Amino acid sequence: MSSVSLTNPSNEAFADIKEEISAEEAADPTRRKLGVLFWICVGWIILVALAATFASLLPLPNPNLGNYNSVQNAGPGWGHILGTDDLYRDIFSRLIYGARVSLVVGFGGALIGLVVGGIPAMISAYRRGRIDTALNTGSYVVLAFPAIVAVIAIVSFWGKSMFKITLVIGLFAAPLIFRVVRASTLSYATRDFVLAAKALGASDTRILTREILPNIMPTIVSFGLIAVATIVVLEGSLAFLGLSVPPPTPSWGNMLNEGSSLLSGAKGQTNPWLVIFPASAMFLLLISLNVVADKLRAYFDVSEIKL
Amino acid sequence: MSGRRLLDVEDLHVSFATSRGSLRAVQGVSLSLDQGKTLGIVGESGSGKTVLSRAIMGLLPRASTTQTGSVRYNGTEILNAPNNELRKLWSTHIAMVFQDPMTSLNPVQRIGNQITEPLKIHLKLSKGEAKETALSLLMQVGIPSPVERYEAYPAQLSGGMRQRVMIAIALACAPRLLMADEPTTGLDVTVQAQILDLLSQLQHEREMAMILVTHDLGVVATRTDEIIVMYAGNVVERAPTNVLFKSMAMPYTEALLKSTPRIADPSHTRLTAIEGRPPDLLNPPSGCPFSPRCPYAQEKCHLEKPPLVEAAPGHSYACWYPLTASNPAATPDPVSA
Repeated sequence: MSSVSLTNPSNEAFADIKEEISAEEAADPTRRKLGVLFWICVGWIILVALAATFASLLPLPNPNLGNYNSVQNAGPGWGHILGTDDLYRDIFSRLIYGARVSLVVGFGGALIGLVVGGIPAMISAYRRGRIDTALNTGSYVVLAFPAIVAVIAIVSFWGKSMFKITLVIGLFAAPLIFRVVRASTLSYATRDFVLAAKALGASDTRILTREILPNIMPTIVSFGLIAVATIVVLEGSLAFLGLSVPPPTPSWGNMLNEGSSLLSGAKGQTNPWLVIFPASAMFLLLISLNVVADKLRAYFDVSEIKL
Repeated sequence: MSGRRLLDVEDLHVSFATSRGSLRAVQGVSLSLDQGKTLGIVGESGSGKTVLSRAIMGLLPRASTTQTGSVRYNGTEILNAPNNELRKLWSTHIAMVFQDPMTSLNPVQRIGNQITEPLKIHLKLSKGEAKETALSLLMQVGIPSPVERYEAYPAQLSGGMRQRVMIAIALACAPRLLMADEPTTGLDVTVQAQILDLLSQLQHEREMAMILVTHDLGVVATRTDEIIVMYAGNVVERAPTNVLFKSMAMPYTEALLKSTPRIADPSHTRLTAIEGRPPDLLNPPSGCPFSPRCPYAQEKCHLEKPPLVEAAPGHSYACWYPLTASNPAATPDPVSA
């Protein structure tokens, strides 16, 4: 503005500038674009989720029964579009049914982690005091223990159902989520607007849900999605060790496990597709989750809206 | 002083537990405020004025502070009252305008939500009624096109506009007492006067009592009935506004006034600053807390702490060698010399 008055332009020029500024503001006051990549990734996650949910309605061959009229360990082609494994089973069908395990364990585990870790984290960070110190120390203790070892130990004793695996992984994700949610709650709990809300007579519940939660929501959503991605990998690792859902139920991890023995041709046969397809499926799901997490964080950040 | 007594503070002490010991932020402050009147609390940063105003409202964290004395609102003791008791007073009886409009609004809530929230909680207004009230409040505090601003986020408003919104929120439930804690510190000088005039105008319209906390004597000069000057957690001078400016007794008050730039000064006049820093409240000096920085300080000042005495009706000060008395020490003015 000052440079405008210094150069002393005509009033018309000034009016033009003003018009330009207000037009720019009117066109795009609050919305930032999420971008094409975001929508491709969201689309992919939804597609995988829908396919996994309605797998039994799709015209797919039984994932656990081999088609002995087809070729063993076939590559992609007609009939079996992604080929078959060494038990003559359809890889495409197994991939889709396998997505069920990854998605249920991934999203379910993250949800359990958010409920068990996130809600106490908000209350504890807002209230502070001894309980907060105790929970905080407790979360350090649990985090110091390698989660995968603990999960392996528990799962091998307790059983390998999908529900049990989800629960155990969710509980081990909780301390990490606790730390992240606690840290971001802390940074808002002492802000002036929280004190201002208190001075207006808002209850603690109201302050937590209306003042603090909307502010930490971007963090929760993006970290939650990254937790989903991490848990999908963890389930894959368990399955690779034969500690996830028992065969013949397909999961991407145990497909990798089964396929790995056919990579080198030690059995006289090689079928790299057995590894390539589940690995690609996992890769695409993970990168989609990460992109969505990152874009959402930027999008939700209202405080970054330009004036 | 006429009108009903609204607020009575007696011998209020506030101390914080810190790792280096107890920090005595407010040391025995007494004040009172009648309905519809304005009290100014003046002091530099760290003098305890914000802590005092928050202690009166009961907003200090309970775990780390010790508060003793008495704060009576309308005759009811509210110091150390439980939060659910205070919640009945907050916003409907006592409300506060905070110092920094940039941080005192929730960045992710629309302006409208933030104004209607207390209306819905305390006055049990319906959504429609609350919106109507909120729009008229936004209008009263001078926000242009309130319908559009109602939907805006705080980041889309300027500092002055945000402070107006803060005032609208504080006034939403028609409080009897408004605490304004440095309401204009975060704002441009040009906007400051507007905001202060707005506060005074709304105060008169609503016959509301107001406590105006500031470091600027110029701000309180024309807008208050009584002024309390604080230094290092103590009240060092207390007087009706016109008396204070006519015959200030405490050298600190004089120093505060001298450190305000004046329009009448010739250009390039060097602004007088108060030498030194406020004392360490963890380790307060013996004697008068202002003595290390006081140009008139005598030996007695360094040794004995002067009590707050009422020298004239309504005018009390804590000083061994006040400026008004025929005081040989005060005659040479070392600042202008």
